[in-house]
Amino acid sequence: MAASPAAPAKRAEKSIRSRPALYDAHSIALPTTTADAVIQSLKLTDDELRHTYQQMLDIRHFEEQCNRAFRANKVGGYLHIYIGQEAVSLGTLSDYLPGDQALSSYRDHAHCLVLGSDPGKIMAEIYGKSTGVSRGKGGSMHLFDKAHGFAGGYGIVGGNVPLAVGIGWALKHAPEYKGKGNICVCYLGDGSMNAGGFHEAMNMAQLYELPILFVLENNKYAMGTSVERSSANTDLASRVDSYAMAHSKVDGQDYFAVRGVAAPIIANMRKNPAPYFLEAITYRYSGHGAADGAETQSTYRNPEEMDIWKERDPLRILEKILRDRKVIDDASHEAMDKKALEMARAAGEFAENSPVCSPEELTQDVYAD
Amino acid sequence: MPKMGDAMEEGTLLQWHKQDGETVKSGDVIAEIETDKSNVEIEAEDAGVLHIQAQPGAIIAVGKVIAIIGDAPASTNGASSNGSGNGTAAKASSPIQVRTNGSKPDAHGDETVAGGEGAQYKIDNSDDKDIARIAPSVHSQENTGPTENMTYADAIRLALQEELDRDEKVFMLGEEIGQYQGTFKITKDFLEKYGPERILDTPISEAGMVGLTVGSAMMGLRPIIEFMTLNFALVAWDGIINHAAKILYMSGGQFNVPCVLRGPGGVGVQLSAQHSQDLAHWYANTPGLKVVVPATPADAKGLLKAAIRDNNPVVFTEHAGLYRTKGDVPTDPNYIVPIGVADVKRVGKDVTIVSYSRGTMLALAAAEQLAAEGIDAEVVDLRSLQPLDLDTVINSVKKTHRAVVVQEQWLFYGVAAEFAAQISSAAFDYLDAPVERVAGAFVPMPYSRVLENLAVPHEAEIIAAVKKTLERSA
Ligand SMILES: Cc1ncc(C[n+]2csc(CCOP(=O)(O)OP(=O)(O)O)c2C)c(N)n1
Ligand SMILES: [Mg+2]
Repeated sequence: MAASPAAPAKRAEKSIRSRPALYDAHSIALPTTTADAVIQSLKLTDDELRHTYQQMLDIRHFEEQCNRAFRANKVGGYLHIYIGQEAVSLGTLSDYLPGDQALSSYRDHAHCLVLGSDPGKIMAEIYGKSTGVSRGKGGSMHLFDKAHGFAGGYGIVGGNVPLAVGIGWALKHAPEYKGKGNICVCYLGDGSMNAGGFHEAMNMAQLYELPILFVLENNKYAMGTSVERSSANTDLASRVDSYAMAHSKVDGQDYFAVRGVAAPIIANMRKNPAPYFLEAITYRYSGHGAADGAETQSTYRNPEEMDIWKERDPLRILEKILRDRKVIDDASHEAMDKKALEMARAAGEFAENSPVCSPEELTQDVYAD
Repeated sequence: MPKMGDAMEEGTLLQWHKQDGETVKSGDVIAEIETDKSNVEIEAEDAGVLHIQAQPGAIIAVGKVIAIIGDAPASTNGASSNGSGNGTAAKASSPIQVRTNGSKPDAHGDETVAGGEGAQYKIDNSDDKDIARIAPSVHSQENTGPTENMTYADAIRLALQEELDRDEKVFMLGEEIGQYQGTFKITKDFLEKYGPERILDTPISEAGMVGLTVGSAMMGLRPIIEFMTLNFALVAWDGIINHAAKILYMSGGQFNVPCVLRGPGGVGVQLSAQHSQDLAHWYANTPGLKVVVPATPADAKGLLKAAIRDNNPVVFTEHAGLYRTKGDVPTDPNYIVPIGVADVKRVGKDVTIVSYSRGTMLALAAAEQLAAEGIDAEVVDLRSLQPLDLDTVINSVKKTHRAVVVQEQWLFYGVAAEFAAQISSAAFDYLDAPVERVAGAFVPMPYSRVLENLAVPHEAEIIAAVKKTLERSA
């Protein structure tokens, strides 16, 4: 039968219930930034390094707390967990300054946490309580925290990318921001690069030379669709060549690799506004969302792949570097881990004990005064 | 029973991987359950001795205890939960389900919820199971011949399958419909059966998907898009409104665009503003499009087949909240429900309730409650919004003299407004009261369960609206 548009035969075969191929990130040539070089050039103190590690532990424990809350039916709707990708947000937000703006997709808890939002308020949002960062109106997918420079998490794939162009424009031209060197950091998933709006946004960002760091969190899958099955050109960062935008790739599991690349880009962008497209190669350890269980995952990813990626756990990589440098030891590590767990539990309790929204809130904030 | 997916309300316990009384570690796989979407393994989240409280095969609501991980052998009595929810579970040292704080009713409970300043208000949890209960009994004109009891989702699946089998020009495209087996598993096994030329997994490119659909339909193919949800069709509105709907007209009748744009729409449960809305009426406002809004499994099957065979672009709005409702579905592969014919789903004499999709189910449930009070409501299910079947509605109103129109969407400029106008124009002299509208609150859908309950229409509002029409004319 020849009635439908023919897909190339090779791709077609691959897609039928064959065992999904292993995702070999190691074959991608990535810059080899050493932790030493990054620590030296940014003059990072031991306290700063411990703080970073604490932040990464915090994200991990916070996300685990979210998972527990979801299973206990405390949390409704969709829940997208960030475990495995921690080094990406942390490495690109460590050089954030007041006035900078970040946006993300629905997988947004970590970005908001790293920017300094109160974990209790984030958790309360995920619980849909009026004490939440978005007053219970947005939920897990739509965290917003203006005071901490978080311009939101968005639920429509690729929807946030064109918004970054507007934010970048304002940072460059609005009287309030002009000349201050503020930047916009826009996070996006590999899946969003196939949306039309993405391409319009890339072209405009470059055309108008806007100070936007686009951070592609290439975790290799959009729900159950691997990059190979969705993108004609799987060298994702190179796709912005069409828009003459500068780009590079980085090992998204290694905090120092990410920061080592991002910090100079950001420093330069503050002085010479122009967009940059940074592709972080990373991996999500959980399913796409809470509904994406082990069996469904087996339709699209190979379980052995997870084992390979677990060896590249961003938390363990950072821990090892800090231990080797004697920045942390067994005792401090245990104390920090406990602190993170307590933070997550406390956030859960705050959310739990917060009042639900009251009826009059229903019609508040539909229109501004 | 842990909640393993966003729409999960209950799960089937398939098997235990650990024995009763066995000591388990945190992270051990202890059981396998089947949810509405897939089979999942449950891991222990605490270490201790496993006390099994439910047997394989049992269907258990989310939040109910299936086992307790404790340190001493638990008395089955004290820990078993038999419909009383979280309260009993709290006594156990570590019930599998309620870990964080088992003793408090939460926003998902079916009781009362404490408001900010201690205010108490009732959450109306009219969930889909009640609807499932009444769905099979509804009156329908076409339900003759052999039938099989199946879910709304399976009825859609059956229609797709029959039409894919019947006409090789029919093909499907969408995100995750092939290898992943469909987000709602509607297309399970389709890729294997029909191959990748007829079951196209697409990138997240809704505009591109609609382009491919419109172009191939112009060439005589019969594409069916599955939008993962209809919310994502908004990305492709230029293709739908400015292209698909108008090409026949602009080309002076040279090119028609026979295609189906289908997927779940309507309000969900805590999916918040971007994922929970009924936009079917927007399409119905556009000449060139047909818009179908089935409420029952039988209608879903018959209308989808009609849509696939139609020579126009048809927006086929499913409702995720109806996917698991059941009804008798004709198995005849030639069973078709024509687009543009409303159905009287309940005959009554006192008032006409007009609705569609999930609203019809709410209307039927409200009618049952009204019957207990001696009020006999007729329920007209529109089944399609474009073309709309005015005659059936007007004939009903001429008999009952009162009308209430129910929609999930925002109040203004909607289906209810349209029917209020149509009814007053065509049956003004028959009306004993103004037409009442029941609609969603005029706000983007809030995430908070409490606010969401206030934002979406329930049976209670329908009942109140019916009574208003009766009081007015009493
Ligand atoms: C326009 C649109 N289409 C489809 C969806 C459903 N959906 C939600 S997330 C997702 C996958 C996105 O993957 P990616 O961009 O790689 O981000 P990741 O989830 O990996 O972080 C899809 C298809 C959506 N939200 N929006
Ligand atoms: Mg991805």
